[in-house]
Amino acid sequence: MAEHTPLFMIENLHAGIEGKEILRGVNLVIERGEIHALMGPNGSGKSTLAYVIAGHPNYEVYEGRILYKGENVLELPADERARMGMFLAFQYPTAIPGVTMANFLRLAVNAVRKARSGEDKALTPREFRRLLREKLEMLRIDETFASRYLNEGFSGGEKKRAEILQMAMLEPEFAVLDETDSGLDIDALRTVADGVNQLFNPNMALLVITHYQRILNYLRPHYVHVMLDGKITISGGPELAEELEQKGYDWVKTQHVGTAS
Amino acid sequence: MATPEVELKRLGSEYAEKYGFRDPEQYVFKARKGLDREVVEQISWIKNEPDWMREFRLRALEYFLRRPMPTWGADLSELNFDEIVYYIKPTERQGTSWDELPEHIRRTFDRLGIPEAERKFLAGVGAQYESEVVYHSLREELTRLGVIFVDMDTAVREYPQLVKQYFGTIIPPNDNKFAALNSAVWSGGSFVYVPEGVRVEVPLQAYFRINAENVGQFERTLIIVEPGAYVHYVEGCTAPIYSAASLHSAVVEIIVKEGARCRYTTIQNWSKNVYNLVTKRAAAYRDATMEWVDGNLGSKVTMKYPAVWLMEPGARGEVLSVAFAGDGQHQDAGGKMVHVAPYTSSQIISKSISKGTGRASYRGLVKVHRGAHHVRANVVCDALLLDEQSRTDTYPYMEIEEEQVSIGHEATVSKVAEEQLFYLQSRGLTEAEAMSMIVNGFIEPITKELPLEYAVELNRLIALEMEGSVG
Ligand SMILES: Nc1ncnc2c1ncn2[C@@H]1O[C@H](COP(=O)(O)OP(=O)(O)OP(=O)(O)O)[C@@H](O)[C@H]1O
Ligand SMILES: [Mg+2]
Repeated sequence: MAEHTPLFMIENLHAGIEGKEILRGVNLVIERGEIHALMGPNGSGKSTLAYVIAGHPNYEVYEGRILYKGENVLELPADERARMGMFLAFQYPTAIPGVTMANFLRLAVNAVRKARSGEDKALTPREFRRLLREKLEMLRIDETFASRYLNEGFSGGEKKRAEILQMAMLEPEFAVLDETDSGLDIDALRTVADGVNQLFNPNMALLVITHYQRILNYLRPHYVHVMLDGKITISGGPELAEELEQKGYDWVKTQHVGTAS
Repeated sequence: MATPEVELKRLGSEYAEKYGFRDPEQYVFKARKGLDREVVEQISWIKNEPDWMREFRLRALEYFLRRPMPTWGADLSELNFDEIVYYIKPTERQGTSWDELPEHIRRTFDRLGIPEAERKFLAGVGAQYESEVVYHSLREELTRLGVIFVDMDTAVREYPQLVKQYFGTIIPPNDNKFAALNSAVWSGGSFVYVPEGVRVEVPLQAYFRINAENVGQFERTLIIVEPGAYVHYVEGCTAPIYSAASLHSAVVEIIVKEGARCRYTTIQNWSKNVYNLVTKRAAAYRDATMEWVDGNLGSKVTMKYPAVWLMEPGARGEVLSVAFAGDGQHQDAGGKMVHVAPYTSSQIISKSISKGTGRASYRGLVKVHRGAHHVRANVVCDALLLDEQSRTDTYPYMEIEEEQVSIGHEATVSKVAEEQLFYLQSRGLTEAEAMSMIVNGFIEPITKELPLEYAVELNRLIALEMEGSVG
């Protein structure tokens, strides 16, 4: 059988910030068509991992590789990774005053499309509006949203929806959703999860960071990983999330100390 | 809500290519370098002016020579008045169609997109090249309504009564050193007269182009808005890039009569070798509104504080100012509101951006004369720093001689947050694009006041500043 390249792969990743090591040897392989959940206690390094994957310039990588479509992306700036089809839905999205959602999305969509189609395939304003309307409807977001300033004065839940709206517009092949479920009310959670499911296709993959079983009931991950203290300590199927919900992280700690990696 | 579309993608060139190109110098007359009585008399003679104007110029020259250089504000120590050519006549006559212009001048304005803008969204256009206005037009229906839009030299000849009545009354020649300089050697500029009750709904635009090296451009603009009338006047300006300094020193006087409204928009985009030292002042009478929208992007040094004198109750003044100081630039800009009468109101909103060694200063004055009670004045100045090196400062002067007034003042300084840049970059925008977007968002409260075309232009110019200079 020919050598196979997974869509996304992390090898022995050590990374941190301001000289402080937070990720201590993360390994992960994600294939197209897969949904992976990443769980773990507060401060265990999940968002750090998400930032390092996305290319946050403040984080330092001490060791290891992140391969996307077989290419080590660690040397690439965040915008190039995005243009290659990577996406991060932020746990805490940043507000950009004075920039409307619509203007921002139009530029972002065109930047990403252009790079990925390899030619200047900017959407016409009309095509863009149609696409935007379609995605707003899918996520049941009011149209007035488009003329609001990016994340400014958005409620917690609105911010999370706006992240998924961006994902819907940018159509990434690999997306990390960092606690997109927290802050959403019960109905919003269902809408957003339905939206993600609609966006999902066998050609892409998702890494869903969450603390709760609920979103996983909708998204149905193929694998669940638990991060403890900067390492993925245990991995399993969907049943692992249920077990965690019942038993808590202490159970993982006692069960698996020193056995992973 | 129609915020301007940021057309970053269209950008592919730097200032040099887009605006900084130069034509070979061709002219029918060029004064010698330096300034004295002879040069002033020569200018007046070439223009075949009436005596009163020649005397006005000569008096102003005396003021200019006597006054010391201002030592406050920006550094003007490198500005050498002896090295400047004060008058260049580029062509024998003015055109009313672009075809009448000499080939090289027409090409310049074509390249700057002026004829195209005229066709698309302007009611009238004046185009000045070096010292003279070479092209002028006004839509016929406005001419029929009695609107006058001509260059200042023509106005002196054809409307002597009006000119004599107002010229130099709002900004007297001895107001400051540069107003004196302009009064001595002025040439070109616009004369606008809007008769009572006439509303000019589409903007009039003047475009100022310096082409030769080491020259000064000293246009003089006078706008008279009769009771109940409205006009929006827009000026744009560019120049080639030279190592030697050029000087642009304009005077703009505006009279806004009872219930009238005037808006004056500037998109200043001089190349970075130009000293831009401009005096702009308006007098607003009963229930009149004067709005200055002032965008300063180019130039080496700009000193400009558009002013409104609020002369009668109900008068309203507004300055919306955006200044962008890139490497090596100093933008010393702001606004002045002088409340002479009670029940007048004013607002100054200033947004400045500094990058690299650029320095943006806000300098403003709110003055309330004794007896001007029930005045409301508000000043907001926000500064955005793009990096560690850049610098901003604020000089908000208040001279309040009356008790019953309401004066507000807010100032903020902020830095572009790394988190904002990362967020936008994580969506595929380059660092330069992300930076432009943040800056354009920062000035959005002002760009949303502009007609779409100018808002797009302003955003585009800012993107141009970011391009190739980040990272
Ligand atoms: N900029 C920073 N400077 C210093 N320490 C940081 C920084 N960012 C993160 N950390 C530390 O790194 C550790 C991991 O943080 P991270 O945000 O990755 O956790 P998390 O697993 O996402 O937690 P949560 O579930 O609460 O979102 C924490 O101890 C945190 O305090
Ligand atoms: Mg987190």
